[in-house]
Amino acid sequence: MIIAEKKPIEEIIDEVKDFHRILILGCNECVTVCEAGGKKEVEVLASALRMYFINQGDEKVIDERTLERQCDHEYLEEIRSNIDDYDAIVSLACGVGVQFAAEKYLTMPLIPGVNTVCLGANEDRGLWTERCQACGSCVLARTGGICPVSRCAKRVLNGPCGGSTNGKCEISKDVDCAWQLIVDRLKALGKMDDYEKVAPIKDWSTDRAGGPRTVTREDVKI
Amino acid sequence: MRLKIPANFRIIRVPCTGKVDVIHILRAFEKGADGVYVVGCMEGDCHYNEGNFRARKRVEQAAKILDKVGVGGERVKMFNLSSGEGPLFAQYSIEMNNKIMELGPSPIRLAKQDKKNAA
Ligand code: SF4
Ligand code: SF4
Repeated sequence: MIIAEKKPIEEIIDEVKDFHRILILGCNECVTVCEAGGKKEVEVLASALRMYFINQGDEKVIDERTLERQCDHEYLEEIRSNIDDYDAIVSLACGVGVQFAAEKYLTMPLIPGVNTVCLGANEDRGLWTERCQACGSCVLARTGGICPVSRCAKRVLNGPCGGSTNGKCEISKDVDCAWQLIVDRLKALGKMDDYEKVAPIKDWSTDRAGGPRTVTREDVKI
Repeated sequence: MRLKIPANFRIIRVPCTGKVDVIHILRAFEKGADGVYVVGCMEGDCHYNEGNFRARKRVEQAAKILDKVGVGGERVKMFNLSSGEGPLFAQYSIEMNNKIMELGPSPIRLAKQDKKNAA
């Protein structure tokens, strides 16, 4: 899923201070699961902002709403009938949701309430870690299901660099060397032969190097 | 056992302190409460294993937010005791009451009163 992190409340206060009618808009998907922008976080942020501004003698209208998704037209349409009630929206969706809302409601200021961090997994309670960088041509079949693109600091594709020490990456003793993990898993799978095969030069044009990406599916278009 | 406890707070019963969320604490302050204390079982004795640990984290989260919005994080506090410790409950209640009396009314309550008076 997409992992996001709550922005510091001071930053949000600063962004909204000149507006009077504000909608805090959550999203029911990834940001709910990573506890950054779901219904609960919407309630907490709205309550905190209301208290802050009451305390400043500047009471504002701060409403709460959480949509099923903010990256789909049909759900974003649900706020169209109330949109004129607000002068700004703080969206707690990932960067995709914020932008999609901004495209749809052209004259409505959209303020992100979270920092979108990465594509990752919920490794433990309170711990989310990166697993994929959406490179557009997945190599996991050759790397024991462990991604060297997102998990190796250098994105090397044919075994570890010289900095791999005791299973850790040279950038930090707290970061596993992705290639150590790959070798360990290939061993467990009895597929160390794969390790000897030299990976072809990766087509990075499907990564960000080729500019913004799109997926077009003629087979599902109507 | 009849114990004297301050009469100026409202007890909200929950099945386990793990049920208490950050928003419940914040709403109390938004409605004008001067302080909130959460009383859970002893750590390690939770019937649901982690309920009171979750509550502690949420109290900490709420305190941080209250600090940032100018209400003051010291107005919320977590206590732990076992269900048989009535006198300790009374003691904690008095302790919390004294602390809040010292701090005075919550700025939210004052701001709301000012607004009412102005209207
Ligand atoms: S190889 Fe590319 S697509 Fe596959 S997991 Fe890694 S970044 Fe994601
Ligand atoms: S030590 Fe491992 S993870 Fe770190 S850059 Fe080198 S190969 Fe990549």
